[in-house]
Amino acid sequence: MAKSIDVSDVNIYYGDFLAVEGVNMTIRAKSVTAFIGPSGCGKSTVLRSLNRMHEVIPGARVEGKIVVDGQDLYAPEVDPVAVRRQVGMVFQRPNPFPTMSIYENVISGLRLNSKRMNKSTADGVVEKSLRGANLWNEVKDRLNKPGAGLSGGQQQRLCIARAIAVQPDVLLMDEPCSALDPISTSAIEDLIHELKSDYTIVIVTHNMQQAARVSDETGFFNLKATGEPGRLVEFNPTKKMFSNPDESATEAYISGRFG
Amino acid sequence: MTATLDEKSTDSSLSGKRPGDAIFRGTTLAASLLVIVFLAGVAIFLAVKGAPALDAGPENLRDKANVFALVGALLFGTVLAAAIAMIIVAPLSIGLGLVISHYAPRRLAKPVGFLVDLLAAVPSVVFGLWGIFVLAPRMQPVHEFLVDWFGWIPLFAGPASGTARTLLTASIVLALMALPIVTAIMREVFSQTPRAHQEAALALGATRWEMIRMTVLPYGRSGMVAALLLGLGRALGETMAVAMVLSTTGVITSWNIVSSQNSNTVAAFIAQGYKEASPIRVAVLIFAGLALFALTFLVNFLGRAIATRGTVKG
Repeated sequence: MAKSIDVSDVNIYYGDFLAVEGVNMTIRAKSVTAFIGPSGCGKSTVLRSLNRMHEVIPGARVEGKIVVDGQDLYAPEVDPVAVRRQVGMVFQRPNPFPTMSIYENVISGLRLNSKRMNKSTADGVVEKSLRGANLWNEVKDRLNKPGAGLSGGQQQRLCIARAIAVQPDVLLMDEPCSALDPISTSAIEDLIHELKSDYTIVIVTHNMQQAARVSDETGFFNLKATGEPGRLVEFNPTKKMFSNPDESATEAYISGRFG
Repeated sequence: MTATLDEKSTDSSLSGKRPGDAIFRGTTLAASLLVIVFLAGVAIFLAVKGAPALDAGPENLRDKANVFALVGALLFGTVLAAAIAMIIVAPLSIGLGLVISHYAPRRLAKPVGFLVDLLAAVPSVVFGLWGIFVLAPRMQPVHEFLVDWFGWIPLFAGPASGTARTLLTASIVLALMALPIVTAIMREVFSQTPRAHQEAALALGATRWEMIRMTVLPYGRSGMVAALLLGLGRALGETMAVAMVLSTTGVITSWNIVSSQNSNTVAAFIAQGYKEASPIRVAVLIFAGLALFALTFLVNFLGRAIATRGTVKG
């Protein structure tokens, strides 16, 4: 069910402002692709355009093609709601629904569109998703407690469980560890390794070691100059990016000689 | 413990050293004390001037045995009218609040919100006149309909009033008058839903309505209750519109809101009665005012309490 994503000639606008220009890349199925780059270079914007979440901001629009499994996400007949069911997302800050229990949080995506399911199916999905997110053993005795009572790292894994419960083709992660301590971060990174066998994962990170640790391929985004739109500077296998990148700008950024 | 200690020590060090702080502290303290003094003054005035009503005879109490029976009947009508108004306001204000905060494009949301706020600027006399001359004639067939089809509900037992100047019509006018404040609070409550939660729902593939049901409504639940209670507080004390719209004959306790025999409200009773008042009747009116004062105070207090509890929880 994991799918590859073809991005061709994508420009992303916020109103009249061109935020990202001319992005071309192919994200392979069942692999982890990391986006790195300085703040404001548009890597989160590109990530959010992969499941049409950037449209939540008024005036945002995309030119070009983003094709998942032969279907252009931006074709006029495509419903953004359907896209988001296919392409799940985990955010920077853990955001479990505060009014729901752990159990309800996991099942919330499946309850959408008033889908009916019996108790045992629901129990099965909750256990499978929580096991998939490496959280089952920690919360199995308190599934009916509020999700907001967990630690930050546990909350983030709960959000991952919630995202994979709907069995998406692709999982997007927008700096999923930036609000977490090193131990929770390591738990999430281990999880990303495991999820790779079932999902196509795209992760935005500010932490270059993290990109090197978890990803198979890396895209480096940067601004051409201040006030210019962001662009994809280089897209290559992670090993190559961190040892022998094609672009001198990539090497400068990765080795900390940026500016 | 430590917090209070800290506060005290900083307080004293500040007021001792900086004259600006001392002056500011003094004026704010005086202003807040003044409010309490006014409130207490009103309560004391009502209690002292209303006390003689306890000894009033039936001839001054619209044939009620004692003042509590009279005021009780009036309070019943007051609460009934305000409650019906809130039942009408609740769906309207929730819908309007959601449209303004989540559905309408920004260019449209602002003017709509402004228009609703403008409703609050219409004088209540105008609402009353509108109720008598515009709303009541149009409500008359509705009264007939309610009595014919829903007569088995005590509220609509009938017989239908010929003028439609009933508690139902008065409640609709009250609802319109409470609408701006309730909608304004609803709008504020809804727009405070954290963006992160809304995006979480959308990223799961929720439609806009599903997103609202999953995040906005549960998050704003206590705020919504508080908004309705504050609106209720306003509807309870509203005088002119009810006094004008309602045609009353004596003080009765009746669930029937569509016949010409209506329960009356405290505020309208006072407004209608103060012209022909002898000292003892004035005392009765003031006593009724005291009861209304206590009731609105309680409702507003409850509304505020729920509102603060909600923000802590969120």
